[in-house]
Amino acid sequence: MGEKETLPHALKRWRDVIVKKVIGRFPERKEEFETVSGIPVKRLYTPADMEPIDYMKDIGFPGEFPFTRGVQPTMYRGRFWTMRQYSGFATAKETNERYRFLLEQGQTGLSVAFDLPTQIGYDSDHELAKGEVGKVGVAIDSLADMEILFDGIPLDKVSTSMTINSSAAVLLAMYIAVAEKQGVSMDKLRGTIQNDILKEYAARGTYIFPPGPSMRLITDTFKFCSENMPLFNSISISGYHIREAGSTAVQEVAFTLADGIAYVEAAIKAGLDVDSFASRLSFFFGSASEFFEEIAKFRAARRLWAKIMKERFGARDDNSSRMRFHTQTAGYTLTAQQPDNNVVRVTLQALQAVLGGTQSLHTNSRDEALSLPTEESVQIALRTQQIIAHETAVGDTVDPMAGSYFVEVLTAEIENRAMEYIKKIDEMGGAPAAIERGYIQSEIHNSAYDYQRRVDSGERIVVGVNEFTVDEEQRFDYLRVNPQAESEQVARLKDIRSKRDTFKVEASLDALREGAKGDANLVPIILDAVKVYATLGEICGVLRDVFGEYKAADIL
Amino acid sequence: MGSAKKIRVLLAKPGLDGHDRGVKVVARALRDAGMEVIYTGLRQTPEMIVRAAIDEAVSCIGLSILSGAHMALFPKVMELLKKEGATDILVVGGGIIPEDDLPELKKAGIAEIFGPGTSLDEIVEYIKANVKT
Amino acid sequence: MLSESELIDGVLKGNRRALARLITLIEDEDLLASKVLAKLYKHTGKAHIIGITGPPGSGKSTIVTKLIPELRKKQKTIGIVCVDPSSPFSGGALLGDRIRMQEHTLDEAVYVRSMGTRGHLGGLARSTSDAVRAIDAFGKDVIIVETVGAGQAEVEIIEIAQTVIVTDVPGSGDDIQAIKAGIMEIADIFVVNKSDLPGADNKVMEINAMLELDSRQRDWTPPVILTDARSGDGIPELVEKIEQHIEFLKKSGLLNQKDLKRSRDELEDLMRDKLTRKLLEKLRDEPEYDDAIAKIAKRNEDPYTVAERLIAEFLVKYRE
Repeated sequence: MGEKETLPHALKRWRDVIVKKVIGRFPERKEEFETVSGIPVKRLYTPADMEPIDYMKDIGFPGEFPFTRGVQPTMYRGRFWTMRQYSGFATAKETNERYRFLLEQGQTGLSVAFDLPTQIGYDSDHELAKGEVGKVGVAIDSLADMEILFDGIPLDKVSTSMTINSSAAVLLAMYIAVAEKQGVSMDKLRGTIQNDILKEYAARGTYIFPPGPSMRLITDTFKFCSENMPLFNSISISGYHIREAGSTAVQEVAFTLADGIAYVEAAIKAGLDVDSFASRLSFFFGSASEFFEEIAKFRAARRLWAKIMKERFGARDDNSSRMRFHTQTAGYTLTAQQPDNNVVRVTLQALQAVLGGTQSLHTNSRDEALSLPTEESVQIALRTQQIIAHETAVGDTVDPMAGSYFVEVLTAEIENRAMEYIKKIDEMGGAPAAIERGYIQSEIHNSAYDYQRRVDSGERIVVGVNEFTVDEEQRFDYLRVNPQAESEQVARLKDIRSKRDTFKVEASLDALREGAKGDANLVPIILDAVKVYATLGEICGVLRDVFGEYKAADIL
Repeated sequence: MGSAKKIRVLLAKPGLDGHDRGVKVVARALRDAGMEVIYTGLRQTPEMIVRAAIDEAVSCIGLSILSGAHMALFPKVMELLKKEGATDILVVGGGIIPEDDLPELKKAGIAEIFGPGTSLDEIVEYIKANVKT
Repeated sequence: MLSESELIDGVLKGNRRALARLITLIEDEDLLASKVLAKLYKHTGKAHIIGITGPPGSGKSTIVTKLIPELRKKQKTIGIVCVDPSSPFSGGALLGDRIRMQEHTLDEAVYVRSMGTRGHLGGLARSTSDAVRAIDAFGKDVIIVETVGAGQAEVEIIEIAQTVIVTDVPGSGDDIQAIKAGIMEIADIFVVNKSDLPGADNKVMEINAMLELDSRQRDWTPPVILTDARSGDGIPELVEKIEQHIEFLKKSGLLNQKDLKRSRDELEDLMRDKLTRKLLEKLRDEPEYDDAIAKIAKRNEDPYTVAERLIAEFLVKYRE
């Protein structure tokens, strides 16, 4: 080549000569490549693909709008992400032991898994709680259990994330009460309540009350936290469960942000100024299989949310546009076959989240397609994060994937496609309306069905399941939850009920009923009730009476 | 597509578990295989499941559960079916059910458990081959 | 498998399993079904049969769910048949209406059955009418049939139901469709559901306007009721209208007329079916039949003449 060859010219030559030569003899594995979200993936990305992208406007700097490169300027150079393993099972005592183990092993924040009766507002002796107590998380019936749960754990030093939604206000109140007993005032408390009811209706199923009252409870918690708990996240707007239910990466971003928009609108309608609560909104995503799409997804979500907060809601404070999020590696990718393979999957997924700039991370254990994790398995999961943090040096510079032609194109694509969904949902009247019509559910279901069909046909390979299988699976020892947990819990519940001051409990529940019928902020009222050992089931029972129960229409 | 006999299947989620990705995907696959699928949704008690199964005269019940509460709920369904004299209904299950629990579930009358990694075709073929017509 | 007498006994004694089994036999077009129905026939004719049709998303199932407690208050027992479309490709169906009626699952007085259309067009399953009859013999006071309601040719419901409710929602632009399909003509009661949505009053006005265009002389002017099924608004009024309608039918003699018409239609349908089946069975056995068809295809013979001839021959043969 004599003069300098132009890029387009060279690209064409490369395609017509070099690629053509090879493709004739070695065709590519597929006709077309695309991500699971349907975004086409080209053979090669070059600077030419960066043409429509403006570094200053679209990519920018970490810690600065639109936060594509991260929410803090120093990111992991300053502090690693919080290693926060979701955990909980059986009774508070057993879970407390596991928490202490995890903290000793270097976990830097707690994440509480509650059992289904607790999540759905039933006490452990309720008819519908039979067989469910302590199975998917810890059973919490009253403040007494909460005290045991955090025994020996200083709440001014440890931040706690609680995966609780319909009954979030109650668990928040209990957390505050336990801290108070430790001498820690609520303004010092760090943590999160998931408190995201919309995704319960759309994908997760632990709803209790209908949408109106549920939103009221949520805005009550927003208000309460913004006034009293400046270090606490009053919501974790979640995409993880939407993804787990089968959505694509683009849908995960779209539906999560649509939910976020609904919450911001609700809070504003309830009289809050956007900058008074928005900085404490946090998010929660999954990290699934396709490496680059996942990294791009996190960046796209950050950028899109920042724009929405600034342009749509007029946030003036930069903190209001700053999307902080927790990530969990994708549960649905774990296989029951050859469980050790899951360690590899989780490692890659964790790395994706780190390269995507997550604030905290949960890594799944290898045996979680079979049961809750054993101590050994959860240790490996924790070590995975520690190795990434301390041995790979990926945290030594901020957003290292920036500038990758492929990643920047993907980031822009995901943002654009997610925005299209959001526009559509806006036209329907917002996420609550879209959920009522079943739109979000059917989009998720269609993606789930499509995914399963591709796995069944072999088009999508799952190692150990439809390819690279073994005839004799190795015997695996998995965790068995203490089978006495339910009866122990029921016994303790009886005990609590007999020892407390029934008068005070009745009075507090009456006050709650009155408050629920009116428009008082329910959080302080619930706090009073939990302090006199009214149980979760009693509190939610009163609310069920006043608010009614959500009836799912289950669109298939 | 006349009125040839159709296999009618009831799919239910007993207990409090809200994860319905799997059961909905199975429902669709069974429909695509020519079956009539009655999906009763979340939060079903064993009583509700059995009543619906009998009223709808299904020949197969599919129970989906991921919460670990299967040992309390599945046998209860079988017990109620027995009480109603409906033991000719094929009962299968899916979700997160440890292998170790299989023998006891089978003894209670559950015909088969389809755990993670099962293909939809496998489930369809099994039902077709094992329903009592 | 239950025997003929077990089925008959079971249904008459209120055994749910027997009823459910019988309906399955009906759906499967099992010969045993007609034998049983023949014996049960004299025990039918007591139920008030209500049809409810309308576009998808208009909340039919929710309305039905809310009707149940109102009817139960009046000590009525209820049967519900929900019809959903079968896939034209696989023949299978997703029957998801009963989900909305969850809260009544364990009420002894309520029986719910989901049916797929199984290829039948017209909004109902072919066997809906016989299934309703079985539930009638079973003893239910009120039987509600909820149809597919795709908005096209749902007129079939009128042959089964004594009271037809047509639902709609505000803002739906399917007025032209409805007129074309004849839906407007079959309605005894109109329900505009989701009254909380904007345009509810407009929709009511539209329907009333269309009713004015109806030039027929009618003794019963279909009322237009606003409901919000979710909250229950308007449901007691709907129940009132339903009761008024059946009273009207009885008093005016229209009920008798409908029964006569239905009996005639049914008898003639059954006879037509049987005759056609017998005729074709006979013909298809004979090689001359295939010859005749081949000749028609080649234009050596014409179908009109052949038809005349074959029927004449058949009638003669039968006389012997």
